[in-house]
Amino acid sequence: MTATAAPAETGQQTVRQQVLVLYLASSALDARVVGWSTYDGTGATHPTTGDSDVPPYATGLDALKDGWRLFQAAQLLPPFPGHEYDVSFLKHEFFFEKLVTV
Amino acid sequence: MPHPHQKNLLTSVQMAHFVATGSFRMDAVVPDEMNQQALEVLKAGIPGVPYGTPLSEAFVDSEFVQRLVQLPEVAGAIHSLVGPEPTVDHHAVHIRKANEGEAQNLHGDAIIDVRPDAFDVQLMYYPQDVTLEMGGTLSVPGSHLRRTNESDTGRYQNLLGQTRLVCPAGTVQLLHHGIWHGGRKNDSSIDRYMFKIRFNPTVRQVRLWNLEDLYDPEVARELDQSFPWYENATGRLEKYNRIKLWQALTGDDTFDPEFWVTRVSNRPQRVVAQRSLNPHATKKEMA
Repeated sequence: MTATAAPAETGQQTVRQQVLVLYLASSALDARVVGWSTYDGTGATHPTTGDSDVPPYATGLDALKDGWRLFQAAQLLPPFPGHEYDVSFLKHEFFFEKLVTV
Repeated sequence: MPHPHQKNLLTSVQMAHFVATGSFRMDAVVPDEMNQQALEVLKAGIPGVPYGTPLSEAFVDSEFVQRLVQLPEVAGAIHSLVGPEPTVDHHAVHIRKANEGEAQNLHGDAIIDVRPDAFDVQLMYYPQDVTLEMGGTLSVPGSHLRRTNESDTGRYQNLLGQTRLVCPAGTVQLLHHGIWHGGRKNDSSIDRYMFKIRFNPTVRQVRLWNLEDLYDPEVARELDQSFPWYENATGRLEKYNRIKLWQALTGDDTFDPEFWVTRVSNRPQRVVAQRSLNPHATKKEMA
């Protein structure tokens, strides 16, 4: 298979991706937001660690209502035998995008 | 180092708070006169200490640090958490420069460390008033028992209920080795200083604090608290793990006020069904 770069450009317009990562209180997309990260492919903003105490949305569903498109959700994986009580990474991670013309 | 006075040891409620949150904070515990000196001392640098040096020998060349760790409240807290004569793992002066453009990723120090019955403690001393703009240390209450390795948590920018440290000059906080934290971006025009020492215990960390209030109901309330960033289900596992740590620190594996551990350990062995009810038992011939 030959990989070809697909330029995200149409005419004079250039499209860039903004990414929103929401961590939810359960595996349901309408559960409350407990953590969040944003990455701005336009370069217009520079979100970083510890820059806000207030989540951008109350639930994952609220992000959808505001036009964010879900493109990845964390799988539900059973715990490894013997590690049922371990705590580690946040489990309910949802990736959203907006495509922005710059 | 001399044994701290009982009144300067942490109480059981304060220890339970540490076990639940992963931190213990003492605002403005260092006197102003020391805070005034601190910036010059920290700018000059603190001489290096080989890993494993007993605390009483570690800072013979730094009178300032000796005074810091011998402040009654600081010495009492260190003793309560890691016991007498801990060793120094390392120390460092951290400076977040004025208008520095970057924040540190959220991370745990060293490497993944899952000891169930021992922990290191990191002392962080802030000699200046720290405002929100100065990028005071970000830390996440209740993250210290999560099994993650160093900056693998770097993807997490903000968690609900996180602590963005704002504090008066002279504040000291003591953090469990596993707590997720990071230096925030300094958006102010002032360089921000923090001095850190990591302590390793040299004794079993069992009942090292002031035990007078060991059975105060507030202990159980501290251990049962939740944090806004916890997922619904995993938040319950946090309580399970916390109780296990408290049992290790008290040497009492029966303490379980909400039965999180007891319930899932209950495997009775006594059989009460009559033998005649066992369909696999050999039937006796009637005479």
